[in-house]
Amino acid sequence: MQQRIDDFEVRSKKLQNMTDEQLDNYFWELVEKVVDPILNLADTHTSQSIERSVLLRMGFNSMQAKVIVDKLFERHLLGKGAGHVVYKIAKEKNIGILEAGKALVDGKYWEDVVRIFKDGESK
Amino acid sequence: MILEPNKKLDIDEILKDLENYRPKSKGWHWREKLPEGTKKYDFTYDNISEDLKKSVPLPAAHYFENIDPQPDCVITSEIASGRFEEDIRRMRMAAWHGADHIMVIRTLGQSHIDGLIEGTPEGIGGIPITRKQLRASKKACDLIEEEVGRPLNFHSYVSGIAGPEMAVLFAEEGVNAAHQDPQYNVLYRGVNPIRSFVDAAVAKKVMASVDMLQIDGAHNANASAKKAWCVMPELIVQHGINSLFSVKSGMKKENIALSTVPPTISPSPEFRINLVYALTLREMFKDYKFRAQMNTRYIESDLFDATRVHVLNSALSKLTSADIQSTITPDEGRNVPWHINSIRGVETAKHTLISMDGIKKYLSINEETVRGEIRELKMRSILMLEEMLEMGGYFQAVEEGIFVDNGKYPERHGDGIKRPKDGGIGAGSVVDRDKDYMAPVCNHFGYNNLPEGIEKGCDLIDGCTLEKPEKIQFINELDETDNVEMRLKDIREYRKQGLIKPEVEWSYDGWIQLDMTIPEPEQYAEAAAIEICKKMNLEEVQVISKTVLHPAEATYVELKAKVPFFVKKDELVLPKKPDIMDSDELFDFFEKNEVKVVAGTVGNDEHNVGLREILDIKHGGIEKYGIKYSYLGTSVPPEKMIDAAIETGAKAILASMIVTHNEIHVESMKKLHELAIEKGIRDKILIIVGGTQINNDSAKANNMDAGFGRGTKGNHVASFIAKAIKAKQEN
Repeated sequence: MQQRIDDFEVRSKKLQNMTDEQLDNYFWELVEKVVDPILNLADTHTSQSIERSVLLRMGFNSMQAKVIVDKLFERHLLGKGAGHVVYKIAKEKNIGILEAGKALVDGKYWEDVVRIFKDGESK
Repeated sequence: MILEPNKKLDIDEILKDLENYRPKSKGWHWREKLPEGTKKYDFTYDNISEDLKKSVPLPAAHYFENIDPQPDCVITSEIASGRFEEDIRRMRMAAWHGADHIMVIRTLGQSHIDGLIEGTPEGIGGIPITRKQLRASKKACDLIEEEVGRPLNFHSYVSGIAGPEMAVLFAEEGVNAAHQDPQYNVLYRGVNPIRSFVDAAVAKKVMASVDMLQIDGAHNANASAKKAWCVMPELIVQHGINSLFSVKSGMKKENIALSTVPPTISPSPEFRINLVYALTLREMFKDYKFRAQMNTRYIESDLFDATRVHVLNSALSKLTSADIQSTITPDEGRNVPWHINSIRGVETAKHTLISMDGIKKYLSINEETVRGEIRELKMRSILMLEEMLEMGGYFQAVEEGIFVDNGKYPERHGDGIKRPKDGGIGAGSVVDRDKDYMAPVCNHFGYNNLPEGIEKGCDLIDGCTLEKPEKIQFINELDETDNVEMRLKDIREYRKQGLIKPEVEWSYDGWIQLDMTIPEPEQYAEAAAIEICKKMNLEEVQVISKTVLHPAEATYVELKAKVPFFVKKDELVLPKKPDIMDSDELFDFFEKNEVKVVAGTVGNDEHNVGLREILDIKHGGIEKYGIKYSYLGTSVPPEKMIDAAIETGAKAILASMIVTHNEIHVESMKKLHELAIEKGIRDKILIIVGGTQINNDSAKANNMDAGFGRGTKGNHVASFIAKAIKAKQEN
C-alpha cells in the first residue's frame, strides 16, 4: 500500500454517530463479507493435504496416503476425491478399502481408475 | 501405570505397548471453579478453582499452612525442548506448579513439510510433531493428570501446509487444543493464501468434531511489527476473520480462543494503552474465549525485565478477563526455554492472578475515560475492513500489503507484508472439486457428493478412524539413527551407574548458569567473565546477558557453560536431616523436666522475626512444648545474655545473629563461649545460635553446641535441647 498520513478524522465521520452496538454489528457484517467468498472457495476446492486427510480417516497411514494422492494429482484426478477413488476400486474389485488402497500404492488398478473417472462423470 | 512422586517418569513404561494406547479423553477441559467466598486458611477467595492433589505451592506458602489456591483460569506452559522424552518431564514439573495447558512448540520448518512425519526425530527449538511423539506425550499427560488431580490440556499446532492431516492426527490422538489460523501461514510462513484457507476450513471442521479448543495467530502481527502498538486495528481485523471463518467452518464459539497480547511495554505508558486495547477486544468478541499471552515482541535477555512485563501482563488479564493465561518463559529472549524458566513463568502467572483475586469488586474502569478510545479502535478496524472490501477482498488486500504495516490504520507506512494470491509454498496445488467429488468420511467440510441415502460419509466405509480408532495405523520409527531409542542409550547407562550431571532441558546436557559482577566496563567484563569460566574448566562458555551497572564501575554478566564431568550418586555425602523428636515425646519430656532458656538477638542486630518464630507458641515455637523462655530483645550484648542465663537458671541460651563480612558473628560466638567459661557455667548450659546464614558446622567450629539456619522450626530446636539434656542426665 502507498504511504498515507492518518486521515482517521475524515474517514470516520460517517461512523461517529453510531452507537457501540451498531459499530460492533457493522464490524461483524464487514467481516462476514470478507470471509464468505473465501468459505465459498473452500467449499468448492480441495488440496493434496485435504485428500490425504481423508485417506488417513479411512485408515491409511501417512506414507500410503502420500503415494495415492501424488498419483491422483499427477493424473489430474484429485478433484474426484482420493477417498472416492479408493472406495470405487474397492467396490468394483469387491475387496476391502485398505486392500484397494494398498494395491493403488503398489501401482495396481490405475488403468481402472482412469477408466472409471476420466471418461466423464463416475456413477 | 501410576506415577509416584518420588520416582522419575519412566520413559520405557511410556513407550511400552504404545501402538495400542488410546487417549483417556478428548476435547478441552476448563477448571472446576469454586464458589465465591471459598475459604482457604485465614482467607476467602472469589476466583479460584479446585485444589490439586499434589502440587508445589508458591515460595511463601509455608507461612500460610502450605495452601496452594489455583486461579480459576487455565494456565499455559510452553515447552520446546526438541525431544519429547524430555518434554514430558517438563510437563510433569509444570503441572505440579499449576499449569494445565501444555503447549508443545513445533520444530523449525515443519510448517513447510507437505505431509506428516513419523517416528521420533529430534527437533530444533521445538519438537517434530509425529503420531508416536503425540501418543507418547498424551499418554504421559494422562498419567500426570492422575497424579496432580486435574485434567491437562495437551496442545500443538495445526498450521503450515499440512493442516488437514495435522487436524486428523490431533483428533485421533486426543490432542486437546491447537493453534489454527490460515492468516498465520500466509503472512509469516509464506504458504500460498488460497491453499492455506481452503485447507483451514477442512482442518477446523475436524478439530470441531472432537471439541478441540482453537487458538488463533493474530498476536504474531504484534510480534512482527516494529511498532507493535500501531497494529491494534489490524489485530482486531485478523481476530475477526479467523473467528468468523472458524464458526462458519463448524466450530463452536466457546471453543475459539483469541490469542491476544498486550501490544506494548514500558518505557511506553503501557498499561493504559494495553488496557484500552484489551477492553475493546473483549467487548467486540464477547461470545469468544480469551487466551492472554505475554508480550514477546519486546523481550530482552534480562530475566527480571521479562518477569516484570509478565506480572503486568497478568495483572491486565485480571483487570479485564482471561480464560487462559499463557506464560512465556522469562528466558525466551536468550535460550530455548529451560526447565526452571518454564516453572518461573507459571509461578509468575499464578502469583499475580492469586494476588489479585476478587480485585474487580474493588476497582472499576472509568468508563468515561476509556469509551472514546475504545470507539476509535473499533472505527479504525471497521475502516480497514471497508478498504479491504474496496480492494476486492482478502486476497487482494494481502497482495497489496495491508497487514503488518507500521502505520496505525488508516495511516500507512507502506511497509506491510505482501503475499501474492498465486505465489508461495503450495501455489497451484488447489483444485476444483468435480461435480462427482466424494469423500467417504464424516465431519468433512465442503461439497461432498455422497450417494443417495447416505448422510454420514464414513457409513460407506464402516466407520472412520475417529469412530473406530483400531483402524489407525501406527508407524513406529522410520529413521534408524535419529530416534528416541538412540538418544536414550547413553542416558540409560548413566542412570544405571548412578551418575549425576546438571541439566537445563535434556537429561545430562551439562549446562549450568553462572553470574558475576565484574568491576569493569562492558567489553572487559564480558572477556573477563569468559576467562574466569575457562579457568574453572567449564566448556562452551557463552555470555547470555549483561547489565551495565555503571559505564565505568561494573557490569553484571550472566553466562552459560557446560560441566565436563559427572558426580557419582553413591559417593555423595548427604547433608544430615534434622533429628526431630515427635510432638508427644517433646511434650512429655518438658513436662517432666522444667527447662528455662534465655533468648535474644546478639550484637548490633535488630532483626528478631526468625527468633520469635522459634520461641512463640503461635508460630509452633519451643514454648508450645512447655519450655519457658525469657526474651531479652534485640542488640543484646553477650555479657547480658550470660548474666540473664545465670539469674534465671536457664539451661540454654538461644542467640540469634546475622552473618557479616567482618565476622562479627564469629566474635559474638567466641565471647559467649568465653564468658560462660569465665562465669563457670559453660558445662551446665547449652549455647545455641541461629540465623538465616548460620549452619551447624560453623557454629560447632566456634565452640557453640549447635547452630540452626534457614528453615528451622521450633521442634528442631526443642528436639536438640531435649536430647542434649537427656545426654547430660545420662552421663
